[in-house]
Amino acid sequence: MAYLLRRLLHGALVLVGVSVLSFLFVQLAPGEFFSDMRLNPQVSPETIRHLRAQYGLDRALPIRYVRWARSVAKGDWGYSFAYGLPVSKLIWSRARNTLLLTITSALLAWLISIPLGIYAAERRDRWGDRVTVAGSSALLTVPDLLLALALLILAIRTNAFAAGGMTSPDFAELGTVAKIKDVAAHFTLPLAALVLGTLPIFFRHVRAGMIEALALPSIQSARAHGIPRSRILFRYALPAAANSLISLFGFSIATLLSASLLVEVVMSWPGLGPMLLEAILARDLYVVIGAVMLSTFFLVAGNLVADVLLYLSDPRIRRGPA
Amino acid sequence: MSRKRMVRIAVVLLSLLYGAILGAGFLAPYDPAEQDRAHPFAPPTRLHFVDAEGSLHGWPFIYGLIPSPDNFAEYQEDRSRAFPVRLFVSGDHYSLLGFSCRRHWFGIDEPGHIFLLGTDGYGRDQFSRLLWGGRISLLAGLIAAALSLSLGMAVGSVSGYFGGFVDDTLMRLVELFLAMPWLYLLFAVRAFLPLHISPTVAFFLLVVVIGTVGWARPARLIRGVVLSARERKYVLAARGFGASDFYLLRRHILPQTMGVFLTQAALLIPQYILAEVTLSFLGLGVGEPVPSWGNMLGSLQQYHILASYWWMLAPALVLVPVFWGYQVLADFLHERLEFGH
Repeated sequence: MAYLLRRLLHGALVLVGVSVLSFLFVQLAPGEFFSDMRLNPQVSPETIRHLRAQYGLDRALPIRYVRWARSVAKGDWGYSFAYGLPVSKLIWSRARNTLLLTITSALLAWLISIPLGIYAAERRDRWGDRVTVAGSSALLTVPDLLLALALLILAIRTNAFAAGGMTSPDFAELGTVAKIKDVAAHFTLPLAALVLGTLPIFFRHVRAGMIEALALPSIQSARAHGIPRSRILFRYALPAAANSLISLFGFSIATLLSASLLVEVVMSWPGLGPMLLEAILARDLYVVIGAVMLSTFFLVAGNLVADVLLYLSDPRIRRGPA
Repeated sequence: MSRKRMVRIAVVLLSLLYGAILGAGFLAPYDPAEQDRAHPFAPPTRLHFVDAEGSLHGWPFIYGLIPSPDNFAEYQEDRSRAFPVRLFVSGDHYSLLGFSCRRHWFGIDEPGHIFLLGTDGYGRDQFSRLLWGGRISLLAGLIAAALSLSLGMAVGSVSGYFGGFVDDTLMRLVELFLAMPWLYLLFAVRAFLPLHISPTVAFFLLVVVIGTVGWARPARLIRGVVLSARERKYVLAARGFGASDFYLLRRHILPQTMGVFLTQAALLIPQYILAEVTLSFLGLGVGEPVPSWGNMLGSLQQYHILASYWWMLAPALVLVPVFWGYQVLADFLHERLEFGH
């Protein structure tokens, strides 16, 4: 319990630290959202001054930070200059789409990589292992950007998948079933890019964990006792590899919001990625900070979940000097 | 293929790539910024060996392109005149090691054009731009990694060697940086820098941003090595003989971190090349007219370009051998230097 509390506190401190750092970066930045307006002769300096005062940009940095923190406590996370909406609302409407994409892709990658990893580890250095390892290495050398672009070309050439966006132009007129079908068609491509991108990482991790577990003296002796192979694999080796699986689980939670940034932009999936890019180009400060905070939150939460699960599952960690 | 052979191939491949970008001026037939408005999106020029009469030539030649009168960016070969590929031709000026040269590896007599990898929307030669762009992208990776590693080395060794309060503070900072998703962090830092700057300034800003974002992981790893090296018997002995902190670090402790250092370099360099490519692709990095692999890919955000002109994908394809080379190298170094004792 004390351990859990300490970890939570630590996570909270990291979040506060990240928010302070982001604000410091803001201070370093030349220009702001209203800079471009100054060039516009139709906007009077009065108006700009008024707007800056309205958003509190004329105040000193610590005051702005405190105001922002208060707004976070209220659940608004500051206001977007461009949309005039609370950042939390704006981000949530986009984060939903990102999460739909990344959670599905993480699940799929898990479903494929765990059996494959176990299989490869069990047949270590035989041809089944060699082929899968070579395949994963090959995938690993293909940068995400190329993967996404190549899939997009495939889609455009074959016309089999809908390319770009999340819905067709006539989406609003479709029936419920057709709507789901339409989203699924748009969904396939970014999903494939993400799964292919994460698969080799997951697979390598699972395989390494299983190989380590299979080399344990206890497994060797189980083998010598003539216990059937499948029983050794699933009853003894898999639990022994639990730690590495748990940390992989934490990792996939941690990257839920950041893994798909680039893929989203390339395939114009209406998630956080395109919004973040837009906000950066428009210098929509609080939106950028909000997106950074949210994805940091996921990272911290992922690590926390992994640590807590490890703590619960592994008595060695519980007794050790934590 | 044996392990050793693969590493050798990787090293040769990477040296060839780096050699090619260093000699970009000589190897590229055209200036990277030179536009040929008559040939937008020209496909890769075909090298011919058999001419219209069907007789075989020992040396490749090419035909000129006639733009189609009806459609944009469609071409036909003009079979009436053949241009042999010439070696060591005189062409645009470039500077090599401070000397101004105009000798190029290969070229075509006027008014012909040779576009080995086609042209982009402004009729600029993709092959020349690929070579020149590699300078930006590959060098950005190298410099940024050097920056990250030296920062990591400094923080890690101070933290590990002196311990105590310094160590605690620095490691909290490391955790903070590790807790930030790096692509977001990169975006965020870039967000707060001016958008419209000259390509040179953009390049250095980009390198500094990428390099400073990634120092935390090498710092933590190097700290670990220093921490264990500090307690080695011979280090204690040297200390007993009155060696100073600086001498101990330089002579006995930092050499121990070499394995981690090199492995991290092989991991970070491709990651940073990709970071440059990604940022420039999104329009946040090095801008036109200077080519970089990232901004060359930028036009592919328009679907019709992506669909019609596959050769525009070339800069992304070059990344594959680069990544492969570094991956083989990193695996090898990891096994040899960190666990091989």
